[in-house]
Amino acid sequence: MKPASGAGVLRVVVDLNRCQGYAQCCYAAPDAFAIRGHEILFYDPAPPAERRGAIERALQACPVRAISLQAGPDDGDAP
Amino acid sequence: MTPEPAGIVVVGASLAGLRGAEALRRGGYDGPLTLVGAEPYRPYDRPPLSKHVLAGELAADATRLPELTDLRARWRLGSPAVSLDRASRTLRLGDGSVLAYEALLITTGAEARPWPAETGGGLAGIFTLRGRDDAAALREALVARPRQVLIVGGGLIGCEAASCLRDLGLPVTLVDPNPAPLARGLGGFVGGVIAGCLRDSGAMFRPGTMVRAFEGDAAGHVARARLADGSTIETNLVIAALGATRATGWLRGAGLRADAGGVTCDAACRVLAADGTPCPDIYAAGDVARWPIALYGHRLIAVEHWGNAIEQAAHAARNLLAGPGDQRPYTHLPAFWSSQFGVNIKLVGLPEGADSVAVVQGSRASRRFLAVYGRAGRSIAAVSFDQARWLPAYAEAITAGAPFPPINDATDRPRIETSAPGFPSLRTAPAHPAAETVHV
Repeated sequence: MKPASGAGVLRVVVDLNRCQGYAQCCYAAPDAFAIRGHEILFYDPAPPAERRGAIERALQACPVRAISLQAGPDDGDAP
Repeated sequence: MTPEPAGIVVVGASLAGLRGAEALRRGGYDGPLTLVGAEPYRPYDRPPLSKHVLAGELAADATRLPELTDLRARWRLGSPAVSLDRASRTLRLGDGSVLAYEALLITTGAEARPWPAETGGGLAGIFTLRGRDDAAALREALVARPRQVLIVGGGLIGCEAASCLRDLGLPVTLVDPNPAPLARGLGGFVGGVIAGCLRDSGAMFRPGTMVRAFEGDAAGHVARARLADGSTIETNLVIAALGATRATGWLRGAGLRADAGGVTCDAACRVLAADGTPCPDIYAAGDVARWPIALYGHRLIAVEHWGNAIEQAAHAARNLLAGPGDQRPYTHLPAFWSSQFGVNIKLVGLPEGADSVAVVQGSRASRRFLAVYGRAGRSIAAVSFDQARWLPAYAEAITAGAPFPPINDATDRPRIETSAPGFPSLRTAPAHPAAETVHV
């Protein structure tokens, strides 16, 4: 487990209603996505910013377009 | 000085509030936009809380949701809305401040039902699991290796927590009044598979009984549960997984149709005033909103699912921005997922009220199957256990009102056997239920 806030972190969410377990994200970004059992997707919703390239490849590789990534920087809990 | 225009206020800063606000911006709204949140956090994702956060794989603050549009919003976090005055078009927050609005999107969601104080609810060591702070506090208590955990309620949260805790090697007992877990949501025919998973995991499953009260030790910490069947269970950590009530308390006195079951909307997501007329400037979406679902006979239903929060919020935002007379009805097929005991469970449709169920792919014995629910000869819902790729085809059939069973005389399965779905009868069924809530 690691600290998960601040500017050095990306924000990712996967629509698991949509996900069909094709696992293409796991090949594109193995540090952030993993399939457990037959089809349970486990992913890191707050990967480090230096992985943006791999996460963007995962997003493009998903056949059902289930992955969303915050475009801009994380601005903390600013009002 | 001219006062700043009030703009649109989104009350509730969780998934529905965030996606609703984004939809307003995407829809071209350029005016002031304020999001009000009871918790001091930006919107975060709840599904990982009862899985990876409890397991210690993710920190609670890792669940913050990505913001997918430039919101240019004012965030009012850490203080809930406490009252609404429609005459002056203002709402009051818990910190005493008053916010004006031109239009309102209500996305206050729901709250975990707490264990009642009169039967031990105030004891230390009794947890609920809904928010980020709940998950962090429960995780901290689990790290201290409780001697015996008792989970009350075998719905999705109770079962996911049981699965996690067994993975952590903690002794777990799960008590549920029904014969099988997930019986209210999926029926005993399907829930029986999870009963098998529970037992195989080493958890103690106590069906058909209820906790009457908790008793504490001298220090005020929970020590044991007294059950309806007269037995007692020693426990020093309790997870009360009793479902949720809709966060509508702040609407008391606002002259809207709202109660613990939700705020009532018309088909276009407009909130109904007490006299039944839709308010043109107040919309609702997500867990808190109940609306007439056409696919299920226009029953008033609140759907507490992730996908509905997003779709309904976007639809409400679209209708809020549309010109008079252009408010379109919201059509939605409910869907959820859960992972527990290594199985990926996905559902489309509403199985409640089904009169039969049929396994159409795989088998319950293999814990890998797809089952379809039928009512009066029509397919109304489908659930998959590790068979997610087949589910969209059944979702289409359900939306189209396909007959039940949906496929007959297939070469690989010429005969479809149908069974009773095994839904428990409601314990305290009102004579004429006016509205329902989907919560499993």
